[in-house]
Amino acid sequence: MFNSRRSAEVLEQEFLPIRAKVLEVAAALDRLDRGAGSLASDARRAQIQAAIQILLRPDDDRAEQVQLIFSRQFRDDWREEFDI
Amino acid sequence: MYYIDPHIHMVSRTTDDYETLAKMGCVALSEPAFWAGYDRGSVDGFRDYFEQLIGFEPKRAGWYGIQHFCWLCINAKEAENVALAREVIAMIPQFLDRPGVLGIGEIGLNKNTKNEATVFLEHIDLAIRTDEQILIHTPHLEDKYQGTRMILDMLCDDGRVNRERVLVDHVEEHTVRHVLDEGFWAGMTLYPVSKCTPGRAADIVELYGPERLLVNSAGDWGPSKPTAVPDFILEMRRRGHSESLIRRVVYDNPVAFFSQSRNFVFNPPDVTEAAGV
Repeated sequence: MFNSRRSAEVLEQEFLPIRAKVLEVAAALDRLDRGAGSLASDARRAQIQAAIQILLRPDDDRAEQVQLIFSRQFRDDWREEFDI
Repeated sequence: MYYIDPHIHMVSRTTDDYETLAKMGCVALSEPAFWAGYDRGSVDGFRDYFEQLIGFEPKRAGWYGIQHFCWLCINAKEAENVALAREVIAMIPQFLDRPGVLGIGEIGLNKNTKNEATVFLEHIDLAIRTDEQILIHTPHLEDKYQGTRMILDMLCDDGRVNRERVLVDHVEEHTVRHVLDEGFWAGMTLYPVSKCTPGRAADIVELYGPERLLVNSAGDWGPSKPTAVPDFILEMRRRGHSESLIRRVVYDNPVAFFSQSRNFVFNPPDVTEAAGV
């Protein structure tokens, strides 16, 4: 792995950017909730919720997991479906 | 630091952008054929576009000392018109020996449809028959993972494909491993909203190392930043990475990949600077 920085050093650089991004997400969620109507049936709202849950895990591949939350599934048998 | 942007659509950018790129250290770039924002109506529309890529853009780049290379194809968005796609594919060989043409690209998938897959396979066949390198576009957002896996299936199914001569572009955290593990080159596109940011691209370099990894701006007519590669260089420096590691990704790797193309006639800039002395 090409990363020799200490965690404390990374935090020093990333604390304010992370704080700003978390605030942006919090404010955007508040904005959604202030809107009229319900998003209960909108799959995108559930995707956001699932992605936020991933952020709370101690895993080291959270970015990849979040990407997959927002991705269509891959099926191994796609060639048969397309007759290719 | 001198650098090469391996994927940028300069037909959509201004001459001032060429000047800015030169000032930022860009010494060469490659421009894949792509979607103009509208579907072209005939094969002659593509003929004119290819002439622009091969004729005028190198001239415009040259005004600022930048070397311009390009790739030819009909893009995935227009591949739903299979008849037109076949006309374009049949015409492409007329241009393959022109100066600066590096190969077939950017081919790929957009919405992962059967027609797109059909036209993708026919482009691959053309590239193999004409011994050309291949540059591949992977889909956007929710279609990227599925489309990238489909593209890799099609490439790996064809035993004629030399994986060292194929660049799979627009990789992100959930697709880069699949591309590198199969032996292909991988490109990371730095965009303001979608695709990668300079920080996430630097993360990927830290996780996977610099082997077969490129970064590009994919600057085009949409929200994009043609000077995104210098942003990546700055991010890597900010993290304390060596100049040699950064240069490997933004200069040495593009040169190594492009050098497999017979039309990559490259005049390196000042060798002393390029060596980091």
